[in-house]
Amino acid sequence: MLYKKKSPLLVFVIPGLLFLTIFLYLPFLENIKNSCFDMTSIVKMPGSDWKYIGADNYQKLLTDKDLMVAIANSFKMMFLTVVFEVGIGFVLAILVMNIKKGQQIFRTIFFFPIVISATAIGLLFKLFYNFNGGMLNQILLGMGHEPVNWLNPQLAFVMVSIPTLWSYVGFYFVILLTGLSDISDDIYEAAEIDGCSKLKQVGYITIPLMKSVLATCVTLAVTGALKIFDLPWVIVPNGAPQGLTHFLGTYMYQVTFGMNNYDYGSVLAIVIVVMGVLISKAVGVLTAEKKERRV
Amino acid sequence: MRPGSYRAEKKKFHFSTVVIYMILIVWGAGTIFPFLWVVLNSFKESSEVLSSSFSLPVNATLENYQNAFERLNVLQAYKNSLIISGSVTIGVMLLSSMMSFALTRYEFKGKKLLMSMIVASLMFPVFSTIIPVFKMIVSLKLLNTNLAVILPQIAGNLSFATIVMIGFLKSVPIEMEEAAYMEGANVYQVFGKIIVPICKASLSTVAIFSFLWSYNDLFVQKIMIRDNTKFPVSTLLEEISSKYGTDFGLMAASVTLIVFPVLIVYIMLQKNIIKGLTAGAVKG
Repeated sequence: MLYKKKSPLLVFVIPGLLFLTIFLYLPFLENIKNSCFDMTSIVKMPGSDWKYIGADNYQKLLTDKDLMVAIANSFKMMFLTVVFEVGIGFVLAILVMNIKKGQQIFRTIFFFPIVISATAIGLLFKLFYNFNGGMLNQILLGMGHEPVNWLNPQLAFVMVSIPTLWSYVGFYFVILLTGLSDISDDIYEAAEIDGCSKLKQVGYITIPLMKSVLATCVTLAVTGALKIFDLPWVIVPNGAPQGLTHFLGTYMYQVTFGMNNYDYGSVLAIVIVVMGVLISKAVGVLTAEKKERRV
Repeated sequence: MRPGSYRAEKKKFHFSTVVIYMILIVWGAGTIFPFLWVVLNSFKESSEVLSSSFSLPVNATLENYQNAFERLNVLQAYKNSLIISGSVTIGVMLLSSMMSFALTRYEFKGKKLLMSMIVASLMFPVFSTIIPVFKMIVSLKLLNTNLAVILPQIAGNLSFATIVMIGFLKSVPIEMEEAAYMEGANVYQVFGKIIVPICKASLSTVAIFSFLWSYNDLFVQKIMIRDNTKFPVSTLLEEISSKYGTDFGLMAASVTLIVFPVLIVYIMLQKNIIKGLTAGAVKG
């Protein structure tokens, strides 16, 4: 009865709907349209028109070497996030499940970097990596070695990955720990009585039961890796050195707002969306298949 | 079981526990160490940071902090960030509770469409909308204003928040609302006096992730606010890193200043924050 009269609906739905339409849907569609025009400036100047260029920008994708680097780096990062963020998070969660005192403290500490902005973490690691008197080089000097340029072309990608991976382990740790605590103790006790070692319990009980939580984590990690921007931008702005550390997000930013190439930037944005959709589909298929095979 | 074997087993158990604690402590130390290091070095002169960053400050100095406040307008940046993230949080809480209320309590034409619009928009990364939004902000002459960051960030968090709220509201029985209606309350009173208080827990989840995402985000801030007198904290930090990259003491002090308020809030609200950030993410 209360909800028979529909007029209040307008009040409740319209404001949110307007936000979604004006700031998400229309821009999303306009972005697709923009990708086929030669945007000479961000706002159309009176008198000048943007020329329709069709799929020119899309052809440009195929020969864009920097883009290939960015895509390769993004894929590498996805792989690393799954192995290290989810992997280390899982190991830590299993370890914490096996202790009695201090669970809460470890949770608090491990999660802490998540609430700190990637910008601050980037700045912090810049202090570590600095050639002149950065922390790492101080250690090297102390041991009598020559200082190293940590952000050189060979090392830069690794050096950007370390803080990225390190700062997010706690996130998956907490999700997995929550999942682990849902597994009933009875199962483990029964296994113990049957003489199943702790390690075997992980393989035969924990992992199969955690499959869906692990799948969620992998999806989150992979789609998250596609979106990274802040941290690499602070440590190695503009994909320094020589665009070698570009990720899809940083490359899109540089093209769009660094070089003011708005239309090609729009195309890159579409590439990110398409890859995001395809990859989360792929992860879905892969994890679902595994589930069936087990059962 | 023989006493001897019992003792051996107990010993083994202890040994593995020690190893577990050691691993956990090492990871914990590795997590805290960078932050301790930066706080420690923020009290040193830059030259001392360069030469001995591991030792305690020889002459502890507040100079870096003085510099940060005088040269960098840190207070202004805090204020801007609080205005931006506070508005985003309030906006998202308000709009998402209203939308989720409508979507769980009303039957209407286009309900399914609206629902799929909300779910589908989760697949739009900020990159895919930012160029047209930037264009809109420029033509509305809103560039370099807090609104330029607030509006797109509300939209960016709204779908997610609505989904979290729907998940909760669905499970709330409507008897109490019906009863209030019988007593003569109208829909708006029901919403304000019953729905919102009932949703306190999920609203706080929404508030936490909206606020932190907004406070920590660099991408949108960087695009929308180019005037360095109007910088919020993330853009300010980035500017420090590119402009004063050689002043180690100043950099350490600014990182400390930005991290500190978050640390305090985190210690006070850690349980809610951890739950808010992970529960929210998993549901989406």
